Amino acid sequence: MANFSTILSEWISSQKNRMSILLTLAGIAMFLPLVSSNYGLEVMTNVWFYVMLCLGLNIVVGYAGLLDLGYAAFFAVGAYTTGILTSQFGVNFWLTIPIAVGCSACAGFIIGGPTLRLRSDYLAIVTLGFGEIVRLIARNLEITGGASGLIGIERPSIFGFQLNQIVHFYYVFLILAILACFVSYRLQHSRLGRAWQYVREDEDAAEAMGINRVAVKLYAYVIGAIFGGVAGCFFAVKMTAISPETFMFQQSVLILLGVVLGGMGKIPGVVIGAFALVLFPEVFRDLGSMRMLVFAIVMLIIMLYRPEGIWPAKKS
Amino acid sequence: MSIQDILLQQLANGLILGSFYALVALGYTMVYGIIKLLNFAHGDLYMLGSFVGFVILSILSPYIGNSWAGILCSMVLSMIAVGLFGVLIQRIAYVPMLSAPRLSILITALAVSMVLYNGVMAFTDGQYLAFKTDLGFEGLEFGNVFITYTQMILVGASIILMIVLYLFVHKTLYGKAMRAIAIDQDACRLMGINVNKIIALTFFIGTSLAAAAGIMAGTYYGSIHFFMGFVIGLKAFTAAVIGGIGSIPGAMLGGLLLGLLESFGTQIPFIGTEWKDVFSFGILILLLVFKPTGILGKTEIERM
Repeated sequence: MANFSTILSEWISSQKNRMSILLTLAGIAMFLPLVSSNYGLEVMTNVWFYVMLCLGLNIVVGYAGLLDLGYAAFFAVGAYTTGILTSQFGVNFWLTIPIAVGCSACAGFIIGGPTLRLRSDYLAIVTLGFGEIVRLIARNLEITGGASGLIGIERPSIFGFQLNQIVHFYYVFLILAILACFVSYRLQHSRLGRAWQYVREDEDAAEAMGINRVAVKLYAYVIGAIFGGVAGCFFAVKMTAISPETFMFQQSVLILLGVVLGGMGKIPGVVIGAFALVLFPEVFRDLGSMRMLVFAIVMLIIMLYRPEGIWPAKKS
Repeated sequence: MSIQDILLQQLANGLILGSFYALVALGYTMVYGIIKLLNFAHGDLYMLGSFVGFVILSILSPYIGNSWAGILCSMVLSMIAVGLFGVLIQRIAYVPMLSAPRLSILITALAVSMVLYNGVMAFTDGQYLAFKTDLGFEGLEFGNVFITYTQMILVGASIILMIVLYLFVHKTLYGKAMRAIAIDQDACRLMGINVNKIIALTFFIGTSLAAAAGIMAGTYYGSIHFFMGFVIGLKAFTAAVIGGIGSIPGAMLGGLLLGLLESFGTQIPFIGTEWKDVFSFGILILLLVFKPTGILGKTEIERM
């Protein structure tokens, strides 16, 4: 068994084989709508959506090593920005994306700026509180539609072609997920990515080497927030309705579990985590109300026996 | 109602809310003080306490009734049961993780919390359960303000629990060992203190206090729900931070202070009840940013 897994990991780590695996997977993803039912497409669209969210959170948790328990807040900022601008001010959907990016980056900056100097567990609780504050604000304000949320958000069109079927959104979210993978990959191997890794492994040493740890962490926060915000924009137009209950604490935890389950800081690991996150409850639909309990227990067992996740990042 | 009546009424409400917060905050602060773990599952243990108390009360009520005797019995039994469960969680989930990175243990605590609330949700179908008691609505009248005996007894009971805890921690040998471990675990081991046993004891006490608060809240509000632990967990953490995390008198003070702040806060124009939680989470964030050591906490330099 051990022998088999070393052969497998060697085979995967070869550059040529890796390219062919990626191409095969991309091909399967491209042609899936030809064979899949609408239900299957709905589930897979959801998978791509969570791939994007998990990769965004992975920048904060996996790369920079900061525990964020309020990630759904950034996702909410993006979704509400698009929702409010398109439904109440009649702004074109594509124009709301840069505005949402700006808003979620600001949100990341506002919460990250003063709190990133805090110790790790305080940071976790501050982000948790922040997530709840954003949800409660959305619930209490009039412009966000209060507790019932926003409805009737218009579906976008591109070059006169309106996106309104699940197949269209499947491709939109697939493209977003691939884009998110690409950006994550480039970031991980950039100067900033190496700085994140250094700060995560040894903050004091990193600072002694001249890395401005607060600035570097802030970058992680803001970039992670932008991922969440963009995912939120597309979520709003796909669902056409958003309510504050979508952005509850459990949503943040779910995204975090996707990151941790697969393996923090490693793109294929996070993608696998997002798949597991969406597919597990679908596959075990028969368990009814017990399925989340089973999921939580599986999660606990994975944390106890494989705290680094199913496919952890290699430590050199 | 005159302004004094409103203030007096809010004082009473704030004290009750605050004593629940304080009891839950004590568990947070004790566990944090001794092993530096932020036990995310603590709020869910409060919730579990009220459900276990509910079950015990419904078994016992044909024999001793639904009144104070029944509530007291079920409270004691639930405190013991949930306290032991807290020790079990510590043994299964936290002991193996103590040497793991900080992030892993925090996520493990989160997973424990998920198991607890999803478990209770699965067994109750996510329904609200009515916590039926035969407590009357008699009470004392102070001017226009009416305070029931139930409210007074609940505040009294939590104050008694806090005094007992304070005496235990400061006057007994076990309490001394707890305080010593919070300062230096290795030195304690060298001095022949059974560190694991004391940590387990700390979990037991902290968890049973949360369970006591859970039953009191069930008695007071009259209904329980699987998700009731989440908000109070966050609030109790806020209370622990206000008082200075790791400090036992700090948690008591912080709990009462937060309860009073919240109930008076709802009287401020433009804040109102719907902004109550925003108000207290806002306090939490501001406090953590500007004075993370709290009122009674000690300054500490973190070495990661």
